[in-house]
Amino acid sequence: MSQTLFDKVWDAHVVLAQTNDAPPVLYIDLHLVHEVTSPQAFAELDRRGLKLRCPERTVATIDHSIPTWPADLMGQRRYATEAAWNQVERFEENCARHGVELHGWESPGRGIVHVIGPEMGLTQPGMTIVCGDSHTATHGAFGALAFGIGTTEVGHVMATQCLIQSRPKSMRVTVDGPLPSGVTAKDLVLQIIARLGTGGATGHVIEFAGTAIEALDMEGRMTICNMAIEAGARAGMIAPDQTTIEWLRGRPACPQGDAFEAEAERWLALASDPGARYDREVSIDAREIAPTVTWGTSPDMAVAIDQPVPIPRDDSARRALEYMQITPGKSLIGHPIDVVFIGSCTNSRLGDLRAAAEPLRGKHVSPGVRMLVVPGSETIRRQAEAEGLDRVFLAAGAEWRESGCSMCIAMNGDQVEPGQTAISTSNRNFEGRQGRGSRSLLASPATAAASAVAGCVTDPRPARKEPQAEQWQHPGVPSPRHLGVRI
Amino acid sequence: MRPLRQLDSTTLVLPENNIDTDQIIPARFLTTVEREGLARHAFADWRFDDAGQARDDCILNRSEAASAEVLVAGDNFGCGSSREHAVWALADFGFRAIVSNRLADIFRANALKNGLLAIEVDTDTHAWLLANPGARVRIDVESGRLQTDGGPQTTFELEPFARTCMLEGVDALGFLLAKSAEIEAWEQGRNRQETA
Repeated sequence: MSQTLFDKVWDAHVVLAQTNDAPPVLYIDLHLVHEVTSPQAFAELDRRGLKLRCPERTVATIDHSIPTWPADLMGQRRYATEAAWNQVERFEENCARHGVELHGWESPGRGIVHVIGPEMGLTQPGMTIVCGDSHTATHGAFGALAFGIGTTEVGHVMATQCLIQSRPKSMRVTVDGPLPSGVTAKDLVLQIIARLGTGGATGHVIEFAGTAIEALDMEGRMTICNMAIEAGARAGMIAPDQTTIEWLRGRPACPQGDAFEAEAERWLALASDPGARYDREVSIDAREIAPTVTWGTSPDMAVAIDQPVPIPRDDSARRALEYMQITPGKSLIGHPIDVVFIGSCTNSRLGDLRAAAEPLRGKHVSPGVRMLVVPGSETIRRQAEAEGLDRVFLAAGAEWRESGCSMCIAMNGDQVEPGQTAISTSNRNFEGRQGRGSRSLLASPATAAASAVAGCVTDPRPARKEPQAEQWQHPGVPSPRHLGVRI
Repeated sequence: MRPLRQLDSTTLVLPENNIDTDQIIPARFLTTVEREGLARHAFADWRFDDAGQARDDCILNRSEAASAEVLVAGDNFGCGSSREHAVWALADFGFRAIVSNRLADIFRANALKNGLLAIEVDTDTHAWLLANPGARVRIDVESGRLQTDGGPQTTFELEPFARTCMLEGVDALGFLLAKSAEIEAWEQGRNRQETA
């Protein structure tokens, strides 16, 4: 019988089939761990006197609550709070005590967990991968089944290397045709989410397919799968192909030589069989995609940059526009910004940094705008510095930092101030996501960087008219949306 | 985990759609290494003003919130981040059940593992619950029934395994640990396959 990519990976990891009383038990090949969602799981293990079942299948790094400033001359790190410092120290102790490989401060491989997994070659096609982090779907770009879990389940995987998991439904999103010039994977995934809705893929694993997906490089594919959760999906996956194989060849944690070639053959066979059936199918024409920016407080509230922000049709949209202080009925081009953030597990890889540097060459960030550039890993930081990207950013007046989640989740001190509007390459525009009272516009690195120069939302495509920043009054600090609650 | 068989409570209604886990507990509170005592951070940016004072106009600060064990929320509640802190904060705040027409996957899984009954009901019942804040509801976990005073009666789905965990107040780790022989046999089988 024809099987999907998801079917093949799922079936190969079922330890115990579903019974009348219990869902299937699924084996986990790789468990990625970070400091924020693991302390209570380690504590539970300790309370029960349990050890990690497979420390060799567990890899840890620090990314969420760590400062992105370099260490000072005394080697000290400037943590945002004592709690953050304590959390990292506790994590270091936990990893040491349980024999977990930790890419901490001293590791040259340190970085955002979803950036370093693929970078080291830990992420491989056909694997099951979990992490206490909703953006774990990133690894699905390699044809792995990768999904986010809560801390209780982090404990389950630590203790048993397994999870009790109901089989999700399947969905295929087929994107055919060439993406127009100047349009990136980020623009595409924002449009996919806009069409599916934030909860539209709840209960499903999405397979992204079609010629537009096949034409993407691995970085672009990671950006697409990364944001599957923003449509509510359990995971996003893309079939491994020659692009995948070439990207993985030679990565330290991958098999080498003949062993790699044998694996590569197995990986290529993971692709969905012709005629495989999905619970849902969605088709998108890549030629219709334009650079895209979000206008609201949910990632599905997105619009092509040169199209008018839609007139709100429900309370959610009205509240979002009020919070964002955005006027419907006209395009976002020219909308003023205070902050530009280049980073996060969505868009912090070398290609993203190159794209962000391009509009800044010989230019300066607009006066009054703060631009923060945070590479996804220390490896990427070194690569970027080797090609001089750091100097482009610094010369343009942007800040260049060490790797981490930084302003995407704003728990390390890198934050958007109350009332400010940021254009960000990250993944969530929720109220207050980038700092209490912050407003976020999600966009591609090219759009964010072009906007940094102009000081307002700017179409990154060449030959577009230079926008005039709107005459505006700073909108002030937004009110939380509960004020509209009717009783 | 505290068992839950039946609930008889008034509701608190948050009608907004897509209430994400960043609203339920903002990220700056995630530097904790504990799971207790998070009620004070639940919906922190909704409940407190810039000076940290409780807002009178926030329904979560009113007496009806303190007495309600059932939270009725708009579509797609719990979307976004996988932080289990959201569930810990809601449970610590005093909620024992979350009712919506659609719940985000990870949130729902986290809730059920912490004895917080997270259930989806049909759209008519959901609409009625949204339109009647403070209504009295009775939930029976074993039979999967939700009854309202003066409104619809409905059933909800709960996987048998999650139901058992909820009724008996046990978490799933015990079940998995009891399967360690099967897990080991599976691992060995796969190793043999790979070397073959």
